[in-house]
Amino acid sequence: MKYHGKAFAYGNDINTDVIFPGRYLNIFEPSEMAKHAMEDLDKEFLGKMAPGDIIVAGKYFGCGSSREQAASCLKASGISVVIAESFARIFYRNAINLGLAIMVCPGISGMVKYGDILEVEPTTGQIFNKSQGTSANAKRLPPFILEILQDGGLIPHLQKSIKK
Amino acid sequence: MGQTMAEKILAKAAGVKSAAPGDLLDVYPHVAMSHENAGLVSKVFKTIGVSRVWDPEKIIIIFDHRVPAESDKTAAGQKAVRDFVKAQNIKNFYDINVGICHQVLPENGHVRPGEVLVGTDSHTTTQGAFGNFATGIGATEMAAVWATGKLWMMVPESIKIVTHGKFRDGVYAKDLILYIIGMLRADGADYKSVEFYGEAISEMSVSSRMVLCNLSMEMGAKSALVPPDGKTLDFVMSATSIPFEVIKADPDASYLQTIDIDLSDLRPQLACAHSVDNVKKVSEVEGTPIHQAFLGSCTNGRLEDLEIGAKLLAGKRIHPDVRLLIIPASWKVYREAIKKGHIETFIDAGAVILNPGCGPCLGAHQGLLAPGERCISSTNRNFKGRMGSTESEVYLGSPATVIASAIAGKIVSPEGKV
Repeated sequence: MKYHGKAFAYGNDINTDVIFPGRYLNIFEPSEMAKHAMEDLDKEFLGKMAPGDIIVAGKYFGCGSSREQAASCLKASGISVVIAESFARIFYRNAINLGLAIMVCPGISGMVKYGDILEVEPTTGQIFNKSQGTSANAKRLPPFILEILQDGGLIPHLQKSIKK
Repeated sequence: MGQTMAEKILAKAAGVKSAAPGDLLDVYPHVAMSHENAGLVSKVFKTIGVSRVWDPEKIIIIFDHRVPAESDKTAAGQKAVRDFVKAQNIKNFYDINVGICHQVLPENGHVRPGEVLVGTDSHTTTQGAFGNFATGIGATEMAAVWATGKLWMMVPESIKIVTHGKFRDGVYAKDLILYIIGMLRADGADYKSVEFYGEAISEMSVSSRMVLCNLSMEMGAKSALVPPDGKTLDFVMSATSIPFEVIKADPDASYLQTIDIDLSDLRPQLACAHSVDNVKKVSEVEGTPIHQAFLGSCTNGRLEDLEIGAKLLAGKRIHPDVRLLIIPASWKVYREAIKKGHIETFIDAGAVILNPGCGPCLGAHQGLLAPGERCISSTNRNFKGRMGSTESEVYLGSPATVIASAIAGKIVSPEGKV
């Protein structure tokens, strides 16, 4: 699990309403969700992003509504990993359950600028900012969470255990 | 070593003797609730590879977010859920004519002290008002619960909030919880459980306790709990005959933090745009013009809220430049409000009464805002674009502040008016 992409850097307390607005909550298709990712936060996001890109945020990313479309729309749009100083608990669970890699790294927002190129490895927690020549270590994810992520999310993980 | 309410309730639901913060448990919830997002849950459920849900008695589905359907897309989603409910023989399905999920659950006896309830809605924490460990999860996680009847949970640390003294006139549970959110900030209780104590909490109605637990989500709480008392038991036992066990914290339970609040100093509060922790005294923003006022929601759409509104509006008209929307939290509340004459008072005052549901709260349905407009609302979120245009503003306050402002045409304190 190693990702390479440019960073979209945002601030603190990014809520799920601006990541995926309530007016689209009747959308259940990930490809459709992707068309509205970050719509009320960053109108340039979809135009600028390429598959593999990375979101970097301050504290409490994904707060507010439990809508898992906030995690699904980012994954479907091609975001490989979200790195934040901290996450709101429901977003944290949703991301893992949907197989969207996340990394908790206090201090990260001070060392990444919008557009920096990053190389990250969620399994080890290593973050390398190629544009700035700096590196950081995220907190290690608990083994059972890593296992769910490596299986591609909760449903594939569950299917594996049902087959056993 | 004593345990908090969260520790004891989770331990019991996981079948273990005791639990401490940080423990990872497989928890078996007593109730699993979804609203229209049951459409997404059922879509994911069908991919798992099990044919039947784990327990059709424990799954509850309540339509409230877009009722009746505002588009063919929503209509198709709701139809798919109705079909799934029939195919899986789910017993407790509430269609578009019952009310908001967080109100319908307790009204129909689905909320019992000492149990664990999960819901695909963040404001599921509301049910902590009944001493129930209730928390929000995502749709995919719910699909797994529907298949297996369990989910992992980390036992949270707990914060104890103790009130001292009584509320001043014109100050309510909503003002108290907004004040606490302003102090702890939006992430102040992230991953944590909150417990409420104090004379004012004991004296408070069950409905007002629901306001505290509903809004605790806006400081990140995983659960928010009020220890059950006679009022709780009266309410619960009038709604269900299912047995339950009251679970309270041990006297020597250990808390991360204890916060003491003196209510004699507390004045009406407002969460100003665009975050719920942007809390100011109403007096600091008095005079700010408004275009819409909204009384309703899972936070403040219950009978006592409508009663406050009716008292303030009796014999008066709202300001001509303001639209007032009123939405009872459930059809049961609606019926009681009709009997008491409140609905007639609202109509005479110039309000628009909408059918029970979430209404404009999440910006998906009725009563949205244009660019440049400002709404004062009794709801629980005011994020940018939450109630319509990203260039509109939402201010959150108590029902009394909302109605007093609707009459004045600008933000005013309800003190001295109620």
